[in-house]
Amino acid sequence: MSKLSNYDAIIIGGGHNGLTAAAYLARAGKKVLVLERRYVLGGAAVTEEIFPGFKFSVCSYVISLLKSNVIRELMLPRFGLKILPLESTFTPLDNDYLFRTSDGDQTYKEIYRHSPKDAETYKRFGPLMGQIGMAVRPILETIAPNPLNPSISDLMALKKLLNHVKRLSDEHFEYLCKLMTMSSADFLDEWFEFEPLKATMAASGIIGTFMGPRSPGSAYVMLHHYMGDIDGAFRAWGFQKGGTGELSMTIARSAKHFGADIMTEAPVNKVIIKNGKAVGVALENGDEYKSNIVISGLDPKLSFLKLVDEKELPSDFVQDIKNFRIRGSSGKVNLALDGLPNFTSLPGDGPHLRGAISISPNYNHLEKAYDDAKYGNFSKEPYMDIILPSVLDPDMAPPGKHVMSCFVQYAPYDIKGGWNDSKREAFGDAVINTLARYAPNIKDIILHRQVLTPKDLETTFGLTEGNIFHGELTLQQLFSLRPAVKWADYTTPIKNYFQCGSGTHPGGGITGSPGEMAAKKILKIW
Amino acid sequence: MINSHNPQKFTGHTQLKTSPFFERTSKLNQSQEWRRWGGYLAATQYDLHHDNEYFAIRTKAALLDVSPLYKYSIKGPDAQSFMDRMVTRNINICEIGQVMYTPWCNEKGKVIDDGTVQHLGENNFRLTSAEPNLTWLLDNSSGMNVNIKDDSNNIAALALQGPNSRDILNCISSKSLNNLKFFRLINTKLNGIPVTISRTGYTGDLGYEIWVDPSKSIEIWDMLIKSGKSYGITPVGLNALDISRIEASLILLDVDYISSKHALIENRKSSPYELGLDWTVKMKGNDFIGKKALELEKKSPSNWKFRGIEIQWESLEKEYKKVGLPPGLPSMAWRTSTPLYFKNKQVGYATSGCWSPILKCYIALAHIHADYADINSCLDFEIKVEHFRKLTPAIVVETPFYNPKRKTSCPN
Repeated sequence: MSKLSNYDAIIIGGGHNGLTAAAYLARAGKKVLVLERRYVLGGAAVTEEIFPGFKFSVCSYVISLLKSNVIRELMLPRFGLKILPLESTFTPLDNDYLFRTSDGDQTYKEIYRHSPKDAETYKRFGPLMGQIGMAVRPILETIAPNPLNPSISDLMALKKLLNHVKRLSDEHFEYLCKLMTMSSADFLDEWFEFEPLKATMAASGIIGTFMGPRSPGSAYVMLHHYMGDIDGAFRAWGFQKGGTGELSMTIARSAKHFGADIMTEAPVNKVIIKNGKAVGVALENGDEYKSNIVISGLDPKLSFLKLVDEKELPSDFVQDIKNFRIRGSSGKVNLALDGLPNFTSLPGDGPHLRGAISISPNYNHLEKAYDDAKYGNFSKEPYMDIILPSVLDPDMAPPGKHVMSCFVQYAPYDIKGGWNDSKREAFGDAVINTLARYAPNIKDIILHRQVLTPKDLETTFGLTEGNIFHGELTLQQLFSLRPAVKWADYTTPIKNYFQCGSGTHPGGGITGSPGEMAAKKILKIW
Repeated sequence: MINSHNPQKFTGHTQLKTSPFFERTSKLNQSQEWRRWGGYLAATQYDLHHDNEYFAIRTKAALLDVSPLYKYSIKGPDAQSFMDRMVTRNINICEIGQVMYTPWCNEKGKVIDDGTVQHLGENNFRLTSAEPNLTWLLDNSSGMNVNIKDDSNNIAALALQGPNSRDILNCISSKSLNNLKFFRLINTKLNGIPVTISRTGYTGDLGYEIWVDPSKSIEIWDMLIKSGKSYGITPVGLNALDISRIEASLILLDVDYISSKHALIENRKSSPYELGLDWTVKMKGNDFIGKKALELEKKSPSNWKFRGIEIQWESLEKEYKKVGLPPGLPSMAWRTSTPLYFKNKQVGYATSGCWSPILKCYIALAHIHADYADINSCLDFEIKVEHFRKLTPAIVVETPFYNPKRKTSCPN
């Protein structure tokens, strides 16, 4: 075994959170090394040229929740941050459609076509969700305190949050409680009547989660998706030019600028622990790197059940991590296209192809798709959240060609009989057939297709069970409980071993937040 | 198409002039928002929002109708010496095929207007300007053998700006644009139609302006849209242009300064030095209108500087947080004179500003008293939060705010 150079901190995993933590630590003058298993940085926020000339944000595909202080503090605009607006949502229906844009009046008129009542309610609903999103923000931006044995700073954080909650109006408090506990369908039923509108909104409550729109708890996931803002505008979504991988590269450039070392194709086998303290890492090739601290950007299952031996950890903690729910529920289908899809209900090119396209005609579509998954099958007619990145950024595809990204739900990790090549293709076919119902030309314009099942997400990207959030965003595993009670402040039971991935507070999405807050916590106690 | 629910034919009448591209732009303008520009209707934005148009300038290709610019032809044996006398730049070193950005002044060295001088051929120039300048040119040409003609209506102009602009033009131009340097022009043919292309623009990005006979304007528009489709070409209006020109720190007449021709009081007039245009004033060359006054000003510099400022996020956010709001960022460029203070004493005013979507920063252009205008100086910028005036810190920074390498580089 060779002994290589010493570092202040080693970060396992070059996903966007690992890179963010690296950039913050390097910015504070620490000697940092990031070790990435794959040939490319970004983890699930990665751009790859899967077919010659066609580039894909292979997994994660949109940006909304990236924290504005991370953007500023890591000087991301200087290193290539370019977030193009995704300004609309198009829900194709069998004989009609629903097309919402960022223009309030246009959207009012559009919803009015379907339901005058909903059109008016919608104008009230958006600001309310924005207000609640703003109200919840401080919780997301606080290092989760240990409620069982709070330190002084934990008590101060709790007091601050309590004061914050006290300031909420009665109305906001009521809705916040409802959002934390209800199903997205029940919550939206209190507001709206037009099914395609409700189903499309409810869909953001099931993304990345093994729940249906009628499952209690899904309303919180919906709120999670409302908390993003771009340039101060809440509920704004964007697409990084060059794909999400380019965003990861932007953070990597910042980290390098501050002096971090980054190695790819450097899979870590184990965290080296001596006398209960992390002292470095061993790579799969036998190389060892020493460091004062080790930080894992991987999910909790990998961080604690693979990278370290169970015997190094308290048994109750091991049990908590084993019980941590990380069921994969989604797949991804990436298509290289010869032209643009032609939707029967709104033919031709147009602004509806520049935003999200949601296959969510009604609750039953979503709930039936979930029913399939509950019983161990992929959805025969899945829910899909689609974007056409090449329409926003022509550099993603050769001239005149396009790329299409389909986030597909549901595809359970534990599928009956296990995933294999023929099941993967059958899943891909189900996606294309569902899409063809609304855009029949799709079958004629597919040049290549990549189908990723939860099993593929696990094998290729290291997402245990293919869960895109490193663990479901359900109440029992949020805030001080993420990933386990007492260990939600980025520390772990092993001294000098920390965690910074989406399996920590405040959870998944391209936020940079776990990476940032972990680094800030580490710097505070260093 | 989206407007299938709105089958009535849109018709309108206007006393304003319409550009040679209006037949196309009027149909593309989804928002039907127009601004007046030199007596013309000019698209404010084509979409309902300008975001996508802005990003076309910075990440793809933007097509702007800039026909309302004033254009003057200056020809004849004395054309070169005439131009050299009229503007502050040294036109004697402006090669044929070169373009120079320049202000021009009155005898007191105060700026009348700014624009470009295109050296088209031997004693053959074209001057572009924001305002009419024919009388000023004619009045100053007595005794010189020059022929000055207002070409404003005889030349249609398009700006094609953005990182993909070169690739699009290379698809249809008989000559490659790969070697055309920044502020140079060539005569070429686009699918057989003769045009002049200058590597100029008002966005601070890689970009070109295409000068063409108005009778060919629709053909040129259509071929650009067609060949630019796979490069993301997007018709762009003045809202998006305004943001990009502030990022590029390019001044705008009647917004950042007032022409000395129609300023009511002396204080409203600005010299090139007071507009940050020191680099455009040739003191070593021949005499030009305003030179003597500017020589004096150089010896005893003006009290005013023109600078870029960055309004600091943290404090801005805090002010809005106090009233329970997210930071109030301008969704488009503003043009309201806004006071700047140093310890409660007003030391300047910002004339235009915007949130820069690419820099993720709130920026503005400002006239600042020289004593407070050093780079990195911290001033207080006035904002209104819920109708109440507040002060929030702003730092004086180098300009241009945004200056990508591609603006001036050539491939290889």
